[in-house]
Amino acid sequence: MCLAVPAEIVEIDWPYATVSLGGARRRIRVDLLDDVNVGDYVLVHVGLAIQKVSKKEVQEIERLWQQILEE
Amino acid sequence: MAADTGRIREKIREVSEGKQITIMHLCGTHEDTVSKYNLRSMLPENVRLVAGPGCPVCIIPDTDLQKVFHLIEKRDVVLTTFGDMARVPFQNRSLFYYRSRGKDVRVVYSVFDAVEIARKTKKDVVFFGIGFETTMPSIAVAVKDSPENFYVYSAHRYFIPAIEAIIKGKMKIDAFINPGHVSTIVGVKAYERYRKYGIPMTIAGFEPQDVMLAVYMLVRAVAENRAEVFNEYTRAVKYEGNVMAQKVMDEVFSAGSGEWRGFGEIPGTGVSLRKEYQDRDAEVAFEDIFSDFQPTEDPRKRKCRCGEVLKGLINPDECSLYMTACTPRNPVGPCMVSFEGTCAIWAKYGIR
Ligand code: SF4
Repeated sequence: MCLAVPAEIVEIDWPYATVSLGGARRRIRVDLLDDVNVGDYVLVHVGLAIQKVSKKEVQEIERLWQQILEE
Repeated sequence: MAADTGRIREKIREVSEGKQITIMHLCGTHEDTVSKYNLRSMLPENVRLVAGPGCPVCIIPDTDLQKVFHLIEKRDVVLTTFGDMARVPFQNRSLFYYRSRGKDVRVVYSVFDAVEIARKTKKDVVFFGIGFETTMPSIAVAVKDSPENFYVYSAHRYFIPAIEAIIKGKMKIDAFINPGHVSTIVGVKAYERYRKYGIPMTIAGFEPQDVMLAVYMLVRAVAENRAEVFNEYTRAVKYEGNVMAQKVMDEVFSAGSGEWRGFGEIPGTGVSLRKEYQDRDAEVAFEDIFSDFQPTEDPRKRKCRCGEVLKGLINPDECSLYMTACTPRNPVGPCMVSFEGTCAIWAKYGIR
């Protein structure tokens, strides 16, 4: 139920936006986020964007992982 | 990742040496990662990782389901809900059973689809809503922007106050992996009130690396006696969470006591619509129908131990029905229905 997936915003039509989700397009609501722009990545949960996510997410886990390993 | 995984396993072993540590995760999606990548086999024997009640479909008591059945038996409404919920059996019936009997039951991807259905019909449309803080903001947004024939039957639960009941329960938990997407909404700050119990927590993402890192952070915190709230999922969780989502939730919902399968009543977890939105509340709008409602028992579920699975007291394979009388095709309890249910996840990955 709490599954949320990152998706890229391709078009904004406030309070809606179209996102690309693994190639498929979906219309979602984005009005619980401020400042969303085309090209941003958002976490989508049942039709609503719940947070912006860092595009560098993968690098970020890697950075944390390295940091801990080097301690 | 492979080589590094070896190093993290070593580190977990080193720091936890000589201690028995039980870590509970609180999200079905974490269980999926743990089972899929067989992460338990990577942990030393003294570190146990157990699944908690992180499955909204599973924790809903049968009473709510029976009430919804009662409503659609008595009144010709369009009943909308999420797919998992429609498959939960009670006395050999489910919402899909009712659909096969001609009742108008529709599975939706989001609550907004249910609102769209309401806009296009004259019939009353009831959304059977389940979910924790991750899902509730979408319901609140929908309620505020819905036509007069749209109602919510709220079986949502606030998850954060339930952690207190888990901490005070029978089982001694040394550390928690907090649910990533509930945390996206409530933020790191929501967990600070639990620091007084001396139990470290880590908010974690859903990749196998995330979970292994979280386990390492927790065993180290236990070893060093640091009861902090760590955030490993910084790419999606902020200290303050999603403030706009918190606001709209507060505006539409109020908290009361809520019943959980396995746990019973937990204060502060029940979710109902505030007075201002009462005319969207199915329990108020169809009060006359619910007035003669009497809950009953499902004899088939007597041996189902889903409640103990949710509390982390047993593993699915300790239930005598697991993969015998209870399978994903013919589930007895909701823990075998939902894709976040521990029994269903273990079945999916062939764990016996
Ligand atoms: S295996 Fe089936 S019957 Fe047993 S606890 Fe899980 S859901 Fe209940």
